[in-house]
Amino acid sequence: MAPAWNGSGRRHALRVMWMDRMFYLMLLPGLVYFIVFHYAPMYGVQIAFRNYRMKLGFFGSPWVGMENFERLFRDPGFITALKNTVIISLLKIAVGFPAPIVLALMLNAVRSARLRRVFQSISYLPHFLSWIVIASLARSMFSTSMGSVNQLIQRFGFEPVNFLGSSQHFRGVLVLSDCWKEVGWGSIIYLAALMGVDRQLYEAATVDGARPFRQLISITIPSIAPTIITMLILRVGGILSAGQEQVYAMYNELVYSVADILDTYALRVGLNNLKYSMSTAVSLFKSAIGLTMILITNRISKLLDENNGIF
Amino acid sequence: MQKQYSRIGQAALIVVLLLLSVTILYPVLHVLAVSFSNNNNVVRGEVGVLPIRPNLDAYRYMFRYNLLGSGFKNSLFVLMVGTGINLLMTMITAYPLARRSLIGRKLFMLMITFTMMFSGGLIPNYIIIVKLGLVDSLWSLILPGCISAYNMIIMKNFFEALPGELNEAARIDGLSELGILFRIIVPLSLPSLCTIGLFYAVGHWNAYFYATIYLNSRNRWPLQVVLRNLLENAVTSEIDYGESASLPVEPLKMAVVVFTTAPIVILYPFIQKYFVRGALVGSIKG
Repeated sequence: MAPAWNGSGRRHALRVMWMDRMFYLMLLPGLVYFIVFHYAPMYGVQIAFRNYRMKLGFFGSPWVGMENFERLFRDPGFITALKNTVIISLLKIAVGFPAPIVLALMLNAVRSARLRRVFQSISYLPHFLSWIVIASLARSMFSTSMGSVNQLIQRFGFEPVNFLGSSQHFRGVLVLSDCWKEVGWGSIIYLAALMGVDRQLYEAATVDGARPFRQLISITIPSIAPTIITMLILRVGGILSAGQEQVYAMYNELVYSVADILDTYALRVGLNNLKYSMSTAVSLFKSAIGLTMILITNRISKLLDENNGIF
Repeated sequence: MQKQYSRIGQAALIVVLLLLSVTILYPVLHVLAVSFSNNNNVVRGEVGVLPIRPNLDAYRYMFRYNLLGSGFKNSLFVLMVGTGINLLMTMITAYPLARRSLIGRKLFMLMITFTMMFSGGLIPNYIIIVKLGLVDSLWSLILPGCISAYNMIIMKNFFEALPGELNEAARIDGLSELGILFRIIVPLSLPSLCTIGLFYAVGHWNAYFYATIYLNSRNRWPLQVVLRNLLENAVTSEIDYGESASLPVEPLKMAVVVFTTAPIVILYPFIQKYFVRGALVGSIKG
C-alpha cells in the first residue's frame, strides 16, 4: 500500500475502487459463499466450549469452558481413534509415499515411449474410482469363500483369511488399497520432475564410465529431491487426516478397535449419539493440530529452500 | 556387455510394471466377469477374469431396482448443475482476484486461503445446512462446495498469465468487465476450464460422504450411496423379482458397480490428458 493514508490518498483509493466496482460486484457471490459455508461454521466452532442443545441454539446453550475436551481425553474411544489415526497415517506415509517415487523412476527408465504411456494410463485409472467402488472391489476380492485372494492363499495350502473383518489385517488393507488407488496418480509430479533433468548430465556420466545405478544415485535422485521434500512435508502436515472417505466406506464393527479414526469417531459421536458439542470438540482438536502442523512444516520447507513452501 | 546388461534391465523392468498393471486391472476385469456370470459359479469362487456361463440376468434385475433409476438421475443432476455452478463461481471469483491493482486483493486471498487450512468441522457444517433448510435436498451436495479454493487459485494464476493488452483493447472497444470475461478470457482459457471442470465433475460423481449425512429420503440418494446401501444390506426385499426363485445376488451387486463406474472408464481414455495437465498445473506454486 504505497500512498500514505492522508485525505487525498484515501479519496484516490476510493476513486480507484469505484472504477473497479464491476470487479467487486463479481467477487461478491464468491465472498458470500466463503462466509456462509466456511466462516459461519468456523464461528459455530464455539459450541465445542458450550453444551449445545438444538432448542437453545448457538448462543443460548450454556458455556462450559474446556469441559468437553476434558471429557474427550478421558474417553478411551477418543484415545483409540487418535492412536489409530496417527498409526494409519504413518503406515500410509511409510508405504504410500515412496511407492509413486519408485514407480516414476521405473516408468522413466522404460525405453519405449509407447509402452511407458500404456503403463501410465493403467496406473492412473484407480485414482478415478470412488471409495465405495473400491470397497466393493475389496469385498469381492477378499471374500473368504469366493474371493480371488483367498483362493490363491488356499492354493498354497494356507487357511483363508478374513482380511476385511480381522483387526490384525485391516490396517494393511487400508494402506495397500490407498497405495493401489494413488500410486499412479502420485507418480505424475515426479515424472514431470524427472523429465526436467538435463540429458547432458547423463551423457557426461556415461562418458565418465558411470553405471546406470551410479547415475541413479548421483544424478536422478538429487535432481528430484526438492520435489520429494515438498511432497513429504505436505504429507506429514496432514497426519491427522487418515482418509475419512476410505475408512467410512470400508470399515465395520469387527475392526472398529483398529480402524476408527478421528473423522469417523466425530461422525458417530455427533450424528449417531447426537453429542454435537463433543463431536465439534474432536473436529476443533483435529483442525487446530492440522493448522499447526501445516504452519510448522511450511516454515521448515522454507528454511530448506527459499523457493519451497506452499504459501 | 553394457548393452546386454541394459537389455536384461529393460526386460526386468517391464515384467515388474506388467505385474503392477495386472494387480490394477485384475479387480476391474473380475468385477466385470462376475456381473455376467452365473451366481452359483460366483459363490463357489470359480470366476476369475472371464465370465462363466455368461448371461445378462444381473443387468435385467438391476434395472428393476427402482433406486438405481433415481440414483442415476440424482447423480446426473448434481454432476451437470453442480459442475456448471462450480465453473461459473470459480471464474467470477478468480477473475477479479487476478487483477493485480485491485484494492483489498491480498485480504480476500488470505481469507480464501485460510479456508483450506482450517474448517469448522462436521457438526457446525451440518447445523448450517439445517439452518439453510438444505437437509434432504440435492442442493446440499452442490452449494457447500461450489468453489474449491484450490481450483480458484489455479484459475487465478492462469488468468494472471494472460496478456493484459487484450483486456485493455477490449475495454477501449467498450466491452463491460463481464463481457471481457465471457467473450475474451473464457475462449482463451478453454483448456484449463475443461481441466478444472473435469476435476469438479469426477468429484461430484464419486462423492458419497455428505450425501449419507445430509439426505434422508432414499429417492434423493445419488448413485454412490445407492451402491453403498446395496453392498451393506440385503437386496432381496428391494427388488421385485417376480416368479424367479433366486436372485443372482453377487452378479447383481457387481453389475451395479459396473453401472456406477462405466461412465468414468468409458470417458477415461479421452479425458486423461486433461487430468494429467491438471495434476501438473496444481503442483506449480501459486
